[in-house]
Amino acid sequence: MNYSLTILETSVIALGLALLLLDLWTPAGQKRQLGYGAAAALGLIFAFSFTSFVDPGAPATAFNGMFVQDGLSLFFKRFFLIATIIVLILSVEFADHFPAGISEYYALLLFALSGMMFAASANDFSLLFVSVELITVTFYVLTSFQRTRLASLEAGVKYLILGALSSAFLVFGIALVWGTTGSFNFAEIANSSSRETGAVFKLGLLLVLVGLGFKIAAFPMQLWAPDVYQGSPTPTTAFLAVGSKAAGFVLLLRVLFSAVPDVTAHWTELLILISAVTILYGNLCAIPQRNLKRLLGYSSIANAGYMLLGVASLTHAGQSAVLYYLAGYLFTVLAAFMVICLVTRQAGNEDISALAGLNQRSPLLAATMTLAMVSLAGIPPMAGFFGKFLLLKAAVEQGASNSAYYWLAGAAIIGVVISLYYYFGVVRAIYWSQDTTDLPAIQISAPIKAVLVACIGGMFYLGLYPGPALDSTTQAVATLKAPNATASAVNGASVVRK
Amino acid sequence: MTSLASILVLPFLAAIGLAFVPRNYRFVMRLVTLATTLLVALLAVTLFWRFNADDAGYQFVTTIPFLGAGSLGIQCKLGVDGINVGLILMGALVAFAAACVSWEIESREKEFYILLLVMTGGILGAFASLDLFFFYFFHELALVPTFIMIGVWGRGERKNYATFQITLYLSLGALIALIGLIALYLQLPDGLRTFDIREITGYFKDKPMAQSAQHFIFPLLMFGFGILVSLWPFHTWAPLGYGSAPTATAMLHAGVLKKFGLYGLIRVALPLMPYGARSWLNVLALLCLGNILYCGFVAMRQKDLNLLVGNSSVAHMGFVFLGIASLNLIGVTGAVVVMIAHGLLVALTFGLSGYLHQQTKTLDMVQLGGLLQRLPFVGAAMVMAMLAGCGLPGFANFVGEVMVFFGAWSQPSLRVIMVPAVWGGLIIGAVYMLRAVRNILHGPVAERCEIMTDANPWRKVPFVLLLTALILFGFFPKLLTEKIRPSAALIVNMATGGDQKSPGAPQSSPALAQTATSDMAK
Repeated sequence: MNYSLTILETSVIALGLALLLLDLWTPAGQKRQLGYGAAAALGLIFAFSFTSFVDPGAPATAFNGMFVQDGLSLFFKRFFLIATIIVLILSVEFADHFPAGISEYYALLLFALSGMMFAASANDFSLLFVSVELITVTFYVLTSFQRTRLASLEAGVKYLILGALSSAFLVFGIALVWGTTGSFNFAEIANSSSRETGAVFKLGLLLVLVGLGFKIAAFPMQLWAPDVYQGSPTPTTAFLAVGSKAAGFVLLLRVLFSAVPDVTAHWTELLILISAVTILYGNLCAIPQRNLKRLLGYSSIANAGYMLLGVASLTHAGQSAVLYYLAGYLFTVLAAFMVICLVTRQAGNEDISALAGLNQRSPLLAATMTLAMVSLAGIPPMAGFFGKFLLLKAAVEQGASNSAYYWLAGAAIIGVVISLYYYFGVVRAIYWSQDTTDLPAIQISAPIKAVLVACIGGMFYLGLYPGPALDSTTQAVATLKAPNATASAVNGASVVRK
Repeated sequence: MTSLASILVLPFLAAIGLAFVPRNYRFVMRLVTLATTLLVALLAVTLFWRFNADDAGYQFVTTIPFLGAGSLGIQCKLGVDGINVGLILMGALVAFAAACVSWEIESREKEFYILLLVMTGGILGAFASLDLFFFYFFHELALVPTFIMIGVWGRGERKNYATFQITLYLSLGALIALIGLIALYLQLPDGLRTFDIREITGYFKDKPMAQSAQHFIFPLLMFGFGILVSLWPFHTWAPLGYGSAPTATAMLHAGVLKKFGLYGLIRVALPLMPYGARSWLNVLALLCLGNILYCGFVAMRQKDLNLLVGNSSVAHMGFVFLGIASLNLIGVTGAVVVMIAHGLLVALTFGLSGYLHQQTKTLDMVQLGGLLQRLPFVGAAMVMAMLAGCGLPGFANFVGEVMVFFGAWSQPSLRVIMVPAVWGGLIIGAVYMLRAVRNILHGPVAERCEIMTDANPWRKVPFVLLLTALILFGFFPKLLTEKIRPSAALIVNMATGGDQKSPGAPQSSPALAQTATSDMAK
């Protein structure tokens, strides 16, 4: 039993509780500054995660194998920490929109973060469910935090109803899996699933996939995303788009490739179909959108589809591509939401036309938004291009064994071309518009400026110098099983021997 | 840093530098852009001069450190052989000319010059890369500025439509080609996988790719690259896009960037996939007839000068496709010469039409007339450009087109196609070019043209430069052909599986073309 493995999660929870306590002694005018303190503390925790105390080198488990600390979990924990730091700084900027309780907002972000970090380490269906609930329940509050604004409340209610429904699917699926195998633990299920191929077991797994599909907003569980993205406070939307989606993906990777790799190997066509439909649905629906956050909501569905392409390839290359894409997505999407937050603060509306003349009001914001859109569209030299390149490579690589992958790659290409239309629509709104001189310049605080520059740096770094990051994602997925990898590795080896 | 790496890196450095220049320092921005592109052009000229024509391999090979991912076999390697050394020279000259004509831009100069420099760097990088990943990467990098420049500084009512059309078409083409390139990379066995063109070529030379894979990858590359080069029937983006683009963008894209697809076909598709080439090049030959004939007829009907030039440039691409489809030494060499000549020519034409548009705010040929009286220099340059477009001997275009015809003639299956192609190219081209000359240059001075003034000495620089290059290569085609031939021979040998007949014949043909040219010149 090794409780010290949970040190990162424990310290995040302790930080959240400390924040709630500090709130009692902080004067009302200075409460929003607590966000910077929390972000700084998370920065320390992030630095701490690189010490040998946290990183055991080899995979280690705690709580009877429920909790696992390996390369994959550490990769995602660092990912979530960076995302939360950025979201905290963004919410300091957004604080004047909240009627009250900014410290509670910070604390809830931290509790959601701890849920995500537990999810990264979940090696057991019970921890999976608890961490998913910890994330989802905090997000019910976070989405409806602007309680004087009707759209925010509506988003909260929608998220609550659909989230509760998907939790029901998830828990029912877990019950069926437990009923057939008698175990919650992924490692034990992996041993028994090779024998257990009954319909009830598979139905249970399918229901679990439905529950996780809700988190990543994959078809057919994507309906909530546009409404909730549009209605929620912008920092919440940003956190939902990055943190919650990544948590869904790490759980999906664990379940598919750690718990039931044998079943996954037979579900290739299902995964390909979900991925293709998600890509096309997200991109096609994004075309007519005028609301920026709604547009990004649909784009996040499409991006979930691209990442599922890597999952569906069932190889280590595909899994590592998912991680790489997520890393690029983090900087890109957070940068985009940060710009939206700053621009719409005065304007009040979130229409694309609010961006008009942005290059005169603030060249930095205009450049950030343009680069983020270029990266989302998958154009070099940005991170999004290299991520999409890796995903497409992983899919085309499997085309020789199953030609459905070629159709999937084709669907992805069509999706990318469609997405260019609406991403460039955003860029167009920034630069194309007639010169206007009456708009006031946008003031940007120093921390926000630093974060924007960091996001731009991250996008360029991952796009131009992918070597080190690619190595770390490849190492991170080494503990997962890859149903398709064995065959191709054997083929490759035999060719080399010739 | 070697001169090849500097050619690529300088424009990017200048672009980063310009980002820190205050917005109202218009003169500084122009000066930096002009100086950078001039330096790049001079470096390209010395590179061309120092290139050793006897060596068929890659020269000046350089690696730019830190870029790429070693674990996937991606490294930013640069190098030139006979195929791309001329293209880089042409690209650098056109980039300098494009920077010269950018004086017409009067709003948001800072963004324009940054994008122009990024586009230049991307173009030169795409042609200089020895790594398939960066080959694609730099091309895509150059495309984004193209889209934005057309959208922001473009002209005409259909600007928005043209921007989206060109964006979607070119991205689709590029992505199809990307799938082809990835599939090509995956044909290498695990462990030996690399994007290095030299290593890939070396590997497939010893162990040809499986025929089924060739039949599947070749069309991906052919149509992907084909869309980028406005292969009929995927060409509709080109005339409209060039008609709406600002002058510098049209010059750089139509002149240089568009040749990327042709370069990719010659560099990647032909040598690596001989079986695929044999079965698909007939399709290409048929489609290129669409370019030459259909687009020629469309060009005859145009009233707008830029649409006419745009359509005629699509038609000229047909000659390059024909040269590639002929799959013999003289045809492929001719295709490369046409690429270089057409790049110089179309840049010159768009530069001149941009000058006219800047003065009259219209390119409607009905409203223009008698320009030779008002603009002796620009008008004369226009006449020369138009005649070069018809394939008049003395200009580099003639050399390339003649070689393509010889190449197509020596391929029996293409003879049927060649006759209408010649007819289309010469007759149709002459009809619309000469009609345009008559309409806008001769006759009484039109009302709108009364106020026009001829170019001052500074403005003449880009036009003189491009015309000089066209005439120089037209009279001394050996400068190009002797450099292209050894490298083209390697590619053609791989593409035909080494069964190229009578090595004496192809060698004599360029000489023949050359004597023909010099005879005409006399």
